[in-house]
Amino acid sequence: MKPLNRTLLELAPKGRQLNLFRKPRWNEALIQGFLFLCGLFSILTTLGIVYELGKEAWLFFGSGQVSLVEFLTYPRWQPQADEFGILPLLNATLMTTTIAMAIALPLGLCVAIYLSEYASLRARNIIKPVLEILAGIPTIVYGYFALTFMTPMLRAIFGADVVEIYNTASAGLVMGILILPLISSMSEDALNAVPRSLREGAYALGATRLEVAVRIVVPAAISGIAAAIIIGVSRAIGETMIVAIAAGAGPNLTLNPFKAAETMTGHIVRISGGDLSYDSIDYNSIFAIGLFLFFITLILNILSQYVVRRFREVVE
Amino acid sequence: MIQLQNQKWIPSASPVAGLEAEMAIEARHLHVYYDDFLAVRDVDLQIVANKITAIIGPSGCGKSSMLRAFNRMNELVPSARTEGQVLFHDQDIYAPQIDPVEVRRRIGMVFQKPNPFPKSIFDNIAWGMKINGFQGSKKELEESVEISLRAAALWDEVKDKLHQSGLSLSGGQQQRLCIARAIAVKPDIILMDEPASALDPIATLKIEELMHDLTSEYTIIVVTHNMQQAARVSDYTAFFTMDAGRAGVLMEYGVTSEIFTNPRSKVTEDYITGRFG
Repeated sequence: MKPLNRTLLELAPKGRQLNLFRKPRWNEALIQGFLFLCGLFSILTTLGIVYELGKEAWLFFGSGQVSLVEFLTYPRWQPQADEFGILPLLNATLMTTTIAMAIALPLGLCVAIYLSEYASLRARNIIKPVLEILAGIPTIVYGYFALTFMTPMLRAIFGADVVEIYNTASAGLVMGILILPLISSMSEDALNAVPRSLREGAYALGATRLEVAVRIVVPAAISGIAAAIIIGVSRAIGETMIVAIAAGAGPNLTLNPFKAAETMTGHIVRISGGDLSYDSIDYNSIFAIGLFLFFITLILNILSQYVVRRFREVVE
Repeated sequence: MIQLQNQKWIPSASPVAGLEAEMAIEARHLHVYYDDFLAVRDVDLQIVANKITAIIGPSGCGKSSMLRAFNRMNELVPSARTEGQVLFHDQDIYAPQIDPVEVRRRIGMVFQKPNPFPKSIFDNIAWGMKINGFQGSKKELEESVEISLRAAALWDEVKDKLHQSGLSLSGGQQQRLCIARAIAVKPDIILMDEPASALDPIATLKIEELMHDLTSEYTIIVVTHNMQQAARVSDYTAFFTMDAGRAGVLMEYGVTSEIFTNPRSKVTEDYITGRFG
């Protein structure tokens, strides 16, 4: 012990004084400030979008032609006739979303369970990149896929007199394919996050692979899967190109998926592509729709956070 | 049942020469590989029924691989490969026609870290019974759950909160819940992989007492790092060590008191007296 102590003492700087006072660290402050600005940037962007949407929507509702109640309950949207009821647009959005989720949810969950519980390394190495390609295809390509492949196929199956050229079923089905990779990859992450020890515990009781997957792993991952579903729904509601191309160009309050109907996003695209003067009520109306969309996705986001927290409490 | 006197005699494989005890399970020429790495080399090991057998040895000597070979848990690791035989009720559990699911129903396991399912305490027990084809009424199920929890010395602590999550229990309680869960499917053998290493001394003591009580109905094989624990709880001790190629080999096997007081090999003596490991 002695020699070591002496060496340390000899190595210590001479005349070292005790100073416990704060010293300025400018680089720390600089970096902290920069990081804060990065965070602030995204908040300001969001505020800017809300402001712009709100301003134009205010002009729309402030014009005195349409009340909020009318906007939310009137069953027709015909700007030419000064009829601004969002129900037909909302209905079309909900229909394409429901059809898309009816495809994406079961398929996506099955793919996720297969990949996380069953797939060999080789199968994984093939399926995952293919899914990523599926997720990377531009939505306009999906739109024409719906129009030139899915619609003719639906017409061949159900009859050309039943299925219109533009219809929500075709758009919804293709949107389901678009959302499938999102659901499957998020759900797979959730399934993979389930500890190995839980699976082993189940196997050690004589559980089969299916029992382990469906009755232990999926319930344990339910919060992640629920979040995946909600984000998938958000994505479907906001999806624009596919519905603009394949669902139809004209508001139509119908529950028949084989009829043309315009969704909220599809309508915004069509109106903003047309020649409208900037201060017309038609123009302002699309901001009201935009704000409405914003609120729907906001609520879904809050819901997903709530669901994740809620289920996490149950699981942990 | 496997009777020793009928078996080809392998001196190192049996804890006591000439012992006429009932054997619960027996490994013969067992090798466990992970890809090219040999983790367990040529082990012959006979486990006596209704006794506690401890597997001890330094880190990385293949104790856990050996334990997991007894109920085919190793094959959940894709790179794992097992050679040799494990005889259970006169059948080789590695024979091609054997279903590992059925093997695990008869040979249960308790893990190092308590791993209750994220279900209620009640469902933690009931689930294993249901997947094993439990046909009884709700009342019978409730009775069976109570019996299992009592057998695991947990009933009094949880009887008023059976529908709370199993994860709300303390670590020691969770581990006893896992033991209750294993008991509920009525296995012949319970494998325990360092069942108390994540627990405090009092919880450890409870687990050890429980293990002792369970031997009236079950055969227990326990892997442990804790020399005192092996000495306290086990009837027989198998000492594993690594050979020159870092593969696990069975060095010495015998009655626990013999192994600890009068080991045959120098390596065993060095290990149990704390000179290495």
